[in-house]
Amino acid sequence: MSAGLIILVVLLIACAGFFVGRSRAIATAGGDIRNLHSRPNYYGLTVALFSAAPALMIAVLWLLLQPLYIEGQVSEMIAPADIPEGGSLSLVMTDVRRIADGLDVAVDAGTLTEDRIEDMRADLSDLRTRLGEVGIAVASEVRQNVFMAAKTYRELAAKLRLAMAVIVIGASLAGAAFSLLRINPDYRARNVSEHAIKALLILSSSVAILTTVGIIFSLLFETLHFFRLYPAKDFFFSSIWNPQFQGGSDLGILPLLWGTLYVSFVALIFAVPIGLLAAVYLSEYASKHVRSFAKPAIEILAGIPTIVYGLFALITVGPLLRDYFAEPLGLGNSSSSVLTAGVVLGIMLIPFVSSLSDDVINAVPQAMRDGSYGLGATKSETIKQVILPAALPGIVGAVLLAASRAIGETMIVVMGAGAAAKLSLNPFEAMTTITVKIVSQLTGDTEFASPETLVAFALGLSLFVVTLGLNVLALYIVRKYREQYE
Amino acid sequence: MYDTLIPENAVDQKEIKINAEDVQVYYGDTHAIKDVSVKIEDKTVTAFIGPSGCGKSTFLRCLNRMNDTIDICRVEGKILLDGEDIYDKKVDPVQLRAKVGMVFQKPNPFPKSIYDNIAYGPRIHGLAKNKADLDVIVEKSLRRGAIWDEVKDRLDQPGTGLSGGQQQRLCIARAVATEPEVLLMDEPCSALDPIATAQVEELIDELRQDYSVVIVTHSMQQAARVSQKTAFFHLGNLVEFGETSQIFTNPVDPRTESYITGRIG
Ligand SMILES: Nc1ncnc2c1ncn2[C@@H]1O[C@H](COP(=O)(O)OP(=O)(O)OP(=O)(O)O)[C@@H](O)[C@H]1O
Ligand SMILES: [Mg+2]
Repeated sequence: MSAGLIILVVLLIACAGFFVGRSRAIATAGGDIRNLHSRPNYYGLTVALFSAAPALMIAVLWLLLQPLYIEGQVSEMIAPADIPEGGSLSLVMTDVRRIADGLDVAVDAGTLTEDRIEDMRADLSDLRTRLGEVGIAVASEVRQNVFMAAKTYRELAAKLRLAMAVIVIGASLAGAAFSLLRINPDYRARNVSEHAIKALLILSSSVAILTTVGIIFSLLFETLHFFRLYPAKDFFFSSIWNPQFQGGSDLGILPLLWGTLYVSFVALIFAVPIGLLAAVYLSEYASKHVRSFAKPAIEILAGIPTIVYGLFALITVGPLLRDYFAEPLGLGNSSSSVLTAGVVLGIMLIPFVSSLSDDVINAVPQAMRDGSYGLGATKSETIKQVILPAALPGIVGAVLLAASRAIGETMIVVMGAGAAAKLSLNPFEAMTTITVKIVSQLTGDTEFASPETLVAFALGLSLFVVTLGLNVLALYIVRKYREQYE
Repeated sequence: MYDTLIPENAVDQKEIKINAEDVQVYYGDTHAIKDVSVKIEDKTVTAFIGPSGCGKSTFLRCLNRMNDTIDICRVEGKILLDGEDIYDKKVDPVQLRAKVGMVFQKPNPFPKSIYDNIAYGPRIHGLAKNKADLDVIVEKSLRRGAIWDEVKDRLDQPGTGLSGGQQQRLCIARAVATEPEVLLMDEPCSALDPIATAQVEELIDELRQDYSVVIVTHSMQQAARVSQKTAFFHLGNLVEFGETSQIFTNPVDPRTESYITGRIG
């Protein structure tokens, strides 16, 4: 019985439990549902919950633990002699699993029978061809021990699968019976379902939190690994970034961090004033009609894929800045530059700033405006002195969110700013950022365990810390803002 | 029954400050004010009374063009301030509102310090030559708003942190600080305790020496105490307008009488 089938059976039991529970509840109330504490559906729901939830939990745990257990049992059968030169136990175990799976497939396809497998003990020569016929390729000649291990693997798996079916379906039936017996008119089925819903909500939010924690840990482990191979001091304080494939690289984060901050800074210089002024226009000056098409039009900018912005930077903005500014001013002749990436990134950020600021400005109560107009203030005085200060915390939050977006951007930067790690003030020079280097270090051909590759994780973690800090700051400010009109 | 409440108000003839003629106000298709004509005198307190939703606030907001900020609101008719039509194209609503100040039905202090709340108007109109001047204006206004004693030690704290009644008095002080010629007050005492109410009424009486004051109120006693003229609105119509003493003792219209004796509203 396969795991999918077992789960299906459990769900069917739960479904049936729902209807049985429902009618039982009505029956215990003597047919008058006003005698029940909760509506009949809730009684049905509790039966369904008790039959499904514990059984499914057992099933999930079982599926997680079963491979570990079998692995432990089977690997004892492999003698050190069975492990080929330069190989490892885990490789042999992979073979065992493949052969076991292959035998299953072969039996299903009818090329082998259980009896023949039993007999195969002595003669393994045609196993390989048999498996080949059903599309399972086994690398080398199969050794006796490995084959025996695979057989045990199959047997154990089949036994455990059967045990799982019995236990899980048993748990489901037991749960159904337990909750059916509990049904009486005073049973608070509604409150029980309420708890179940709460549990579901908690589960969902913990998935999000656990994912974040998981991401941090996976980065953290690789980063620690990196720092064992490369001194942390050099990573954080060296101003040279020069990875070498044959080792002996300089992997200082400073030029990359500088590039990241410089590009983001240029982007914000560009995006914040424009976005903010656009937001003020949209929320305070624009007529309903203008607003109804201008706001979506600006927000379209946010929907353009960043690679398209990258193309725009590469073929339009870059050459433009080079031909009209950099070369006449004698500041360089590269079309990839901090300014190119910054400007294009800034364009991408405009809708972030304007849309969030617009919401914040709109959230300033009309009474504030009335109060100011009532004192004889003009529109721009009102905006400058009442609305913007009132909305400021929210606007700062919007800017910080835009900043963390800028810091994390990759595509536009790689196409606009180039890939040369440099510490320079000239905005017309090509520079590069942390994100770009993460990609290029991971996609190189160097060995995974070398510092040249692992540095990507340290860079990633540094980036994560920077943007996390910004986000926390933004959240803090936004929250403070919320309290303002309470 | 109101005889005891009516003060010995001076009933001499005064200059007309605001003259509204045949004013109509529409919110979209709703006709909120119908054919209202009133003459509001200078150095007089005029009370607007009437049941909830009858258009008192709406009409009050016409007098300093605050209705301009509501998209769907349309005003017709003539409103003259010192003989000049305030809805004329030449008139700048901003300047008009500096002359005709307003205290709103709901307190709306700015999320700034108490000091800056009061100093806001004087600053934008350049009423103070220097910081010391401004300090004087702030203190004087807060005193007139009957809130100085409560806030004198916390002028740098946000105005939004005050209680509802304190906020309302702050808003009164803020409106007074710009020295308007006409002060429109929309239920200024609805959130105040009796003591603060008495102080605000005292302020209104004091303002009457120099300004024209229009006050919307739901309290008959208050209207009787502070006003010299009373206008009774009902369903968007101005039902009756006249001397306060006459309205409260001898109303002409049966609807006025029912309202002030508590039978409609
Ligand atoms: N912004 C608006 N949009 C649409 N209709 C409005 C608006 N403001 C007021 N009205 C309508 O105009 C009418 C008069 O409202 P107004 O606020 O002037 O009443 P009021 O006499 O001040 O009442 P209250 O004593 O409750 O303050 C009401 O019917 C109201 O629904
Ligand atoms: Mg009102």
